[in-house]
Amino acid sequence: MATKLDKVDAVIVGSGWAGGIVAAELSKKGYKVVGLERGADKKSEDYIGTKDELRFSMRYEMMQDLTKETITSRNGADQTALPVRTNENAFLGTDTGGAGVHWNGHNFRYLPYDFEIYSKTVERYGKNKIPKGMTLQDWGVTYDDMEKYYDKYEKMAGISGEENPIGPYRSDKFPNPPMKDTPSIKLFKQAAKELGYHPYQIPSANVTQQYENPDGETINACVYCAFCETYGCDFGAKADPIITVLATAKKTGNYELRNDAYATKVIHDGEKATGVLYMDIRTGEEFEQPADIVVLAGFVFTNTKLLLTSKIGKPYDPKTGTGVIGKNFTGHFSNVTYLGARGYFKDKKFNSFAGAGALASTLDDFSGDNIDHSDLDFLHGFEPHIRVMGDRPIGNNHVPKGTPSWGREFKEKSLYYTNRNLYVDAQAAALPWAHNYLDLDPTYKDFAGNPLLRVTYKYSKQDIKLGQYAIKRAAEIMEKMGADIVDEDELPDDTQFNNSYPNSHNGGGAIMGTDPKTSAVNTYSQMWDMDNLFVVGSSSFPHFSNYNPTETIGAFAYRASEGMDQYLKNGSGLIEKPSV
Amino acid sequence: MLTNQFTTDNADEKQTDTEKAADFQEARQFFTRNEDFNALSAATECIYPKDDNGPGAVELGVPYFIDKQMAGSWGTNARDYRHAPFIKFQQVESMKGKSEEQSPTNPPYVVKHSETELQRHQARLTRGEIFIEGLRKLNQESQKRFSAPFYEAEEEQQIEILKDMESGNIKLKGVAAENFFILLRRMTLEGAFSDPLYGGNRNLAGWKMKEFPGAQASYANIIEKDEFVKMKPVSLTNYQGH
Ligand SMILES: Cc1cc2nc3c(=O)[nH]c(=O)nc-3n(C[C@H](O)[C@H](O)[C@H](O)COP(=O)(O)OP(=O)(O)OC[C@H]3O[C@@H](n4cnc5c(N)ncnc54)[C@H](O)[C@@H]3O)c2cc1C
Ligand code: SF4
Repeated sequence: MATKLDKVDAVIVGSGWAGGIVAAELSKKGYKVVGLERGADKKSEDYIGTKDELRFSMRYEMMQDLTKETITSRNGADQTALPVRTNENAFLGTDTGGAGVHWNGHNFRYLPYDFEIYSKTVERYGKNKIPKGMTLQDWGVTYDDMEKYYDKYEKMAGISGEENPIGPYRSDKFPNPPMKDTPSIKLFKQAAKELGYHPYQIPSANVTQQYENPDGETINACVYCAFCETYGCDFGAKADPIITVLATAKKTGNYELRNDAYATKVIHDGEKATGVLYMDIRTGEEFEQPADIVVLAGFVFTNTKLLLTSKIGKPYDPKTGTGVIGKNFTGHFSNVTYLGARGYFKDKKFNSFAGAGALASTLDDFSGDNIDHSDLDFLHGFEPHIRVMGDRPIGNNHVPKGTPSWGREFKEKSLYYTNRNLYVDAQAAALPWAHNYLDLDPTYKDFAGNPLLRVTYKYSKQDIKLGQYAIKRAAEIMEKMGADIVDEDELPDDTQFNNSYPNSHNGGGAIMGTDPKTSAVNTYSQMWDMDNLFVVGSSSFPHFSNYNPTETIGAFAYRASEGMDQYLKNGSGLIEKPSV
Repeated sequence: MLTNQFTTDNADEKQTDTEKAADFQEARQFFTRNEDFNALSAATECIYPKDDNGPGAVELGVPYFIDKQMAGSWGTNARDYRHAPFIKFQQVESMKGKSEEQSPTNPPYVVKHSETELQRHQARLTRGEIFIEGLRKLNQESQKRFSAPFYEAEEEQQIEILKDMESGNIKLKGVAAENFFILLRRMTLEGAFSDPLYGGNRNLAGWKMKEFPGAQASYANIIEKDEFVKMKPVSLTNYQGH
């Protein structure tokens, strides 16, 4: 029997950016908040002196503990899904701060086009442009509605950036100046300009000068230490939930974070959620945490799984296209979304070992609907970029095509080119399809005996064509940069999804909208079917843009927090009513 | 020779002390049979041979690195999802995909994982068991073809067998041969280039060959520089100690 604890105003599953922002906003307003985090108790000190490629990049120290739970994955409803058994294929967040601690900090806003993607596509190209089976839909909110939340998030995280010459409207400048240029970034920008594009420095959460955010938290200046992605910051210089929102929440005295607390069910009476059932994984004891509102912020997979196992909302059925929980699963995947061209320079040497997580440049000339798609066989776009994260020695053994991958020649060439290769790749959008979805696996179970979540995902012609087009543009830029050898990545027409989840850039499962028939939550992340349950994070994204998702997750978490405050003040009701 | 650390500041003698400390850490923890370990040494040396650029896998300590890894949580898949059912071996074979070769592996979170990689991780065997299976097969195959165990065969003969392993022309039990090879290649590079605290990259020689500066605190001063900057590499022992 689970021990029933004292009721609080809000219980939040997850302590990543989504859960952290909600925790800060509610506790600042005086609400009593409990956070449940399955992973270990972590402080910034835990990441001092951790410049260890083997431990963090190869052994995935900061990723989800798969002994307890994973997902299963398959390429189509006709296959048997197999568990994703190792962290090499599952970079999912855990421990205090979630994936926000080992992220890079590339910080993008989505485009006005993204929020109204269906309407704008139909308006420009007509209904027939949308292929059969592509479940494109508007988000129910506009960029203009979201601008103030983006601004708030950027100020909280101290984003260091430069005005995007062709970007959407901003009400204010970035709070901090952009990151430094490197010779390779200069080369990229110059080449891009010569090709008529508009390069700019990627906005970064590696903060460029010591900064105090509006909540009074201090973020240090990034020292370009080159151990950033998949690592916690050694210097307190990368905006992460631990040093920002969770610190803010804690300061109020109204927030309690419980670590090693694995949420297994949302308790409800059919009308309202009454609390969360969780297990202390150190003792195996079960607890019930009652609350006025329940917030799921455990990332796409946990959010969707908890809704399905708790039997909340109508599960999506790919055969009929009805139901919403599990619908529109999307994501950035390694063998289609991050392809480009590697350039080898015979006589030019770079300080490739130096860098920072989000030290990078990109251009928006191909993003969203910025290119005319009339004659193209795909929708949406990509952002080609050069990233200077700091090449580490195990991961950096590149050799020109045709070179053996081991032995004498490999050694010779990989050493020669270690500091003589650069990579331009493109992050491409992922649009939703009726056949890509999440449900519960019939075979495999988690540590608590509940079914694992099952992913069914197949690349479409759209994904392949978009990827192939992006590779060509990346290669053109690399040619212009003057590489002696330009090796294009290969993306054959029959490329299959490799069942790998390399970056927690996933979306869908509990998507937002204005019609309960086609969406699970409203634009305040509030469940249509249960008004005191809020499901926050990229699980609410109806599609995945060509940008990294986190700023948009953050912006919607701020919006959701406003909704929760209103709900708690009113005691009931939907913040936003269905439009149909 | 006994030295007194309080009375000598002779650099050569200190060096000798360090070498002795390293030597004490080089004994087999995981591989019980000498012949398995010898095959491992020979195979890693084929993958990363000694040449004019510097030491190969053996001199870098790669075999001991792998031995230590196999004795620990990586070798026993301690952080992985290990629940049955595992797919049947026939299915493993039919899922054969391309090897990881030529896939961009940097930045690390963009590592392209081939179907073979997925296939490897559906194996019932742990990584340690995969190594034993693979190394014994190297010796058997070499005995069959060249009447000598793998570690006593000529380099060309060893390469021939490894190529057959890589392309799946040799059959293993419970795991596809190419998956053993991917693991072997990957761990050889890990042993050559990880921090020396794990027993490979001996004397930082791997990093020196690559002109990799190790765990430097900051590159703020050189990040904008055009010219290549050579630095003495820093290990984590030094980095954490200061
Ligand atoms: C290597 C890497 C680099 C990245 N770089 C970038 C980047 O540069 N830019 C960008 O925009 N994005 C980046 N991302 C993605 C970014 O990290 C995520 O978008 C973001 O952190 C998601 O935040 P979240 O709060 O929704 O989820 P998470 O951070 O995943 O937080 C969810 C939390 O909930 C906890 N939890 C889950 N299930 C349960 C349960 N049942 N019970 C209790 N607790 C639970 C988890 O342990 C976790 O702490 C990167 C990701 C990775 C892996
Ligand atoms: S690169 Fe900058 S932000 Fe990233 S870990 Fe190093 S100091 Fe921190």
